[in-house]
Amino acid sequence: MYQLPILSLVTFLPLVGALLILTVRAEPELVQRNARSVALWTSVINFVLSLFLWFRFDRTTADFQFVEKSDWLPVIGASYHMGVDGISMLFVLLSTLLTPICVLASWRTVKDRVKEYMIAFLVMETMMVGMFSALDLVLFFIFFEGVLIPMFLIIGVWGGPRRVYAAFKFFLYTLVGSLLMLLAILAMYFISGTTDIPQLLAYDFPAGVQTWLWLAFFVSFAVKMPMWPLHTWLPDAHVEAPTAGSVILAGVLLKFGAYGFLRFSVPMLPDATAQFTPLIFVLSVIAVVYTSLVALAQEDMKKLIAYSSVAHMGFVTAGTFSLTVHGIEGAIFQALSHGIVSAALFLVVGVVYDRMHSREIATYGGLVHRMPKYALFFMLFMLAGVGLPGTSGFVGEFLVITGTFRANTWVAALIATGLILGAVYMLYLYWRVIFGKLTKDSLKGILDLSEREVLIFAPLALLVIWMGVYPMSFLEVMHVSVTKLVNDFELARAAADMLPLAAR
Amino acid sequence: MSAAAAVFLPLIGALVAGALAFVHGRKETKAGADRAAQLVTCTLMVLSALAGIFLFNSVALEGGGGTITIFTWVDSGSLEFAWALRLDTLSAVMVATVTITSAMIHIYSIGYMHHDPGKPRFMAYLSLFTFFMLMLVTADNLVQLFFGWEGVGLCSYLLIGFWYDRPSANRAALKAFVVNRVGDFGFILGIVAIYLLFDTVRFETIFAAAPSQAQATMNVFGGTFHAMTVITLLLFVGAMGKSAQIGLHVWLPDAMEGPTPVSALIHAATMVTAGIFMVARMSPLFELSETSLAVVTIVGASTAIFAATIGCVQNDIKRVIAYSTCSQLGYMFFACGVSAYSAGIFHLMTHAYFKSLLFLGAGSVIHAMSDEQDMRRMGGIWRMIPVTYVLMWIGSLALAGIWPFSGFFSKDVILEAAYAAGSGVGAYAFWMGVAAAFLTAFYSWRLLFMTFHGKPRMDETTLAHVHESPKVMLWPLFVLAAGATLAGLLGYEAFVGHDAGGFWRDSILVAQGHDALARIHDLPGWVPWAPTIVGAAGIGLAVVFYLLAPHLPAKLAASFAAVYRFLLNKWYFDELYDRLFVRPAMAIGRGFWKVGDGLVIDGFGPDGIAARTVAIARWVAARQTGYIYHYAFAMLSGVVILVSWYLFQTAG
Repeated sequence: MYQLPILSLVTFLPLVGALLILTVRAEPELVQRNARSVALWTSVINFVLSLFLWFRFDRTTADFQFVEKSDWLPVIGASYHMGVDGISMLFVLLSTLLTPICVLASWRTVKDRVKEYMIAFLVMETMMVGMFSALDLVLFFIFFEGVLIPMFLIIGVWGGPRRVYAAFKFFLYTLVGSLLMLLAILAMYFISGTTDIPQLLAYDFPAGVQTWLWLAFFVSFAVKMPMWPLHTWLPDAHVEAPTAGSVILAGVLLKFGAYGFLRFSVPMLPDATAQFTPLIFVLSVIAVVYTSLVALAQEDMKKLIAYSSVAHMGFVTAGTFSLTVHGIEGAIFQALSHGIVSAALFLVVGVVYDRMHSREIATYGGLVHRMPKYALFFMLFMLAGVGLPGTSGFVGEFLVITGTFRANTWVAALIATGLILGAVYMLYLYWRVIFGKLTKDSLKGILDLSEREVLIFAPLALLVIWMGVYPMSFLEVMHVSVTKLVNDFELARAAADMLPLAAR
Repeated sequence: MSAAAAVFLPLIGALVAGALAFVHGRKETKAGADRAAQLVTCTLMVLSALAGIFLFNSVALEGGGGTITIFTWVDSGSLEFAWALRLDTLSAVMVATVTITSAMIHIYSIGYMHHDPGKPRFMAYLSLFTFFMLMLVTADNLVQLFFGWEGVGLCSYLLIGFWYDRPSANRAALKAFVVNRVGDFGFILGIVAIYLLFDTVRFETIFAAAPSQAQATMNVFGGTFHAMTVITLLLFVGAMGKSAQIGLHVWLPDAMEGPTPVSALIHAATMVTAGIFMVARMSPLFELSETSLAVVTIVGASTAIFAATIGCVQNDIKRVIAYSTCSQLGYMFFACGVSAYSAGIFHLMTHAYFKSLLFLGAGSVIHAMSDEQDMRRMGGIWRMIPVTYVLMWIGSLALAGIWPFSGFFSKDVILEAAYAAGSGVGAYAFWMGVAAAFLTAFYSWRLLFMTFHGKPRMDETTLAHVHESPKVMLWPLFVLAAGATLAGLLGYEAFVGHDAGGFWRDSILVAQGHDALARIHDLPGWVPWAPTIVGAAGIGLAVVFYLLAPHLPAKLAASFAAVYRFLLNKWYFDELYDRLFVRPAMAIGRGFWKVGDGLVIDGFGPDGIAARTVAIARWVAARQTGYIYHYAFAMLSGVVILVSWYLFQTAG
């Protein structure tokens, strides 16, 4: 049977949409309308198309699926190689889900250069999907870097007053990381002679080289994650980015780091991973405790949620490097859950920002009187952020704590303090924005969610509850791949321990 | 079937009422929605209570039971658990108690919340609260228990902050949630530790394997410890949070900010009893650690006396009852600590009736007094609200443990068991318990006398407006009063008497040698009398202080001003925590943000590098003057340096 190149379709369909938008020539008014609808339809169709992956995905194998391979740059042996496994498949879906939501969220708020804005988002979708499905290092690097450009433009062009500073900070931070990764990729190619990821996964890098390769990758992923102390670009970027930009940034871009650790650092460089695990643990704990406390002191809603993202990513790194099945499944689950929840929380902020043009917490108060529907959605996402059982946030945190408890009880106990601190800053935020008397005159006429906004939040709310009540749907996708990852890691470690004995 | 009905009917009620809360429009439409919400939630809750009674009958009395699995929740590695209902005597007792008291509180709320605009929302929260509590008590694994556990935490947050216009209510709600989270921190680590030791979180499997792990050790926090002690202590931290034991009790008195039916629900049926239930449920593990049992006993006994001392000086009618709850929970804990779990649960059950009666009675008083809660502005109203007055007497008699009211049976057996334990901690618990019993009687009658007797101390309009509550509020109170009167007498033999073995079967486990409860029949003659005697003495003291010589308390407070202030300010726990945690956390957060992120990381990182780059560029730019001789000089200097270096190289 002829196999549909589904991954290529999902990756490049948005580009086709972008080209369509580019070719439209008409009145400015009409161009704007067309750009919006083309972007929406393209991204919705792309999401529906990507559901094909969900339904056809074989949950019983750890192999790459929907694989496509053809020669591309034979000179360096790079090929066009795409495929997904249990670790990457759900991230692809996350990207295709959030793009139409972003388009919808920008429907009325973006009035300037609509055409270019929509093109940027569609290009970004191509880059994100491509990044998660690339099975060749060169291809991966192109997508990984490519995503920077539209994001840089979205922050720098459609952002807030300090957008240029934020955009450059974001760009330079990630660029420094990327340069090191490029060196590591070159080194890998020269040592192993291939850029094919499945082949590299099977390749045994000498222990001494591993350290350097690991560190180079680490800087790049740690910036993307972001891990403390490389996180300061994030609050600035979020604050200045338009709502939809924040959604993609928090929802998908932060997962690049987690994905990178799981795809490269852990399986390809197991000895270095074991060696650097304590470093990651320390940084994760600092991320959780430090940024939770910082979040507590914030006066800007977006900054608060940005800092809470750093704290949640601390759970992801700790879980990943617990190197247990629970910890890694928890880390992936937490990453997905955070993708939904933080995206939703930024949208929540966006709703009142659109109405009041202020992100200051002090601007608000007593919104529940005028906006009960808004209060309900905000409550749900806030609770998911706090990790209440029955929401998506709990499952990831619980699995991560289980995994890290096995690896190191101190780490488990210290990151579990995130449960307390998270409750404090989230509930405190909710109190100041939603509860209290509605005394401010400026808020007296504020409107509750429109139908379009309900349409944006409803699918995210359903997902949050689905992931919390029946997480099996998602855990079974990743289970086999994660088990293989952990087994391979342990085998490699055991082999490394045997080595000195054999040499003697 | 009856179990599923009892658990899920409140959830349906909550969802329906929650949807009705969003009905807007004309006044009649809104009133219709209110009515519908009350009707649906109350009907479903009563049906749930009937199912609960039926369940109690079939499981606890007729010896049924089993597990109903709904569907798998998580399956990750060997971590596998389902949404399931576990039915045994312990859960049946809890389900019956919770559903009955909750149903009464639902009906009472129709009257109490008559003037409130947020009726559907309130009813939805109440039902949701009940649902989570039922999920908690019927859990067949630790994670589901934790689901219910956090769920009641959430609902208490919503209900305490129900009147969200008040800053104090919001603060209290936040505090309740966060303090509970501190407990949960221990609880979740305990769950994880259990999972790693037993490779499962299902009760069935854990309990079967527990004896074989009795001597197991665990490497945690850089040391090797007795596994059961570590696990049970972590679990107990969770129980302390939820059941408001000393140290983590600070949220409970503030929870008074919610409407009174909420206080009744939190204090009687749901929420605070969860900790006791959990310790009883985990008895097969607690029994394996003498250390943990001793800790439970000491904490419980200390809380019993500590909270009672504060209760004696509070002036807010609901606050007095709140501290009394705290104190009674202490009794239940030290009962568990001396392995008399069944006595603890017995007291939990009787307490649910008389404490909800007291709270709802207090609500009836507040309702009559036009929302006044300060007892210093009450007095002399017993003729005007005689039914409430009688009901409050019944509640107080039960609380003070006067025969034949229910508290007599359950409190006595706890104190006797503590004495019979024969251990040092047991003796400590016994004496603290007896002293607390004295104070309990004292503050209960202080409350009665200050509220109902003496000269009226309120203003004229309030006095003129004092009225008995409507029937919809009184009928539930009659039901609860019947429970408060009879539950002890009727339940004694089954819960802690001769039939206890057949009643509890294997739902509670007591290790060999932990037979305090069996030995209560051969105690010195004075021991069973002690609680009653001190109780009578407490009442007597209250009579002297508040009826015969009302000037005495003020004089006493003046001569022991320091002690009085210490008690009035609740042992300064709030102030201590504020200095120790709240303010430092804010200050550290601000410091990390401004100094850590701003000055250090950005200063040496991106901003610093950018600034240096710019500086270097400026410096270089400044050298480009445009004068030929500057460039020529620079080139010449370069040539000189190069040539000299070359010469030195070749010469050397």
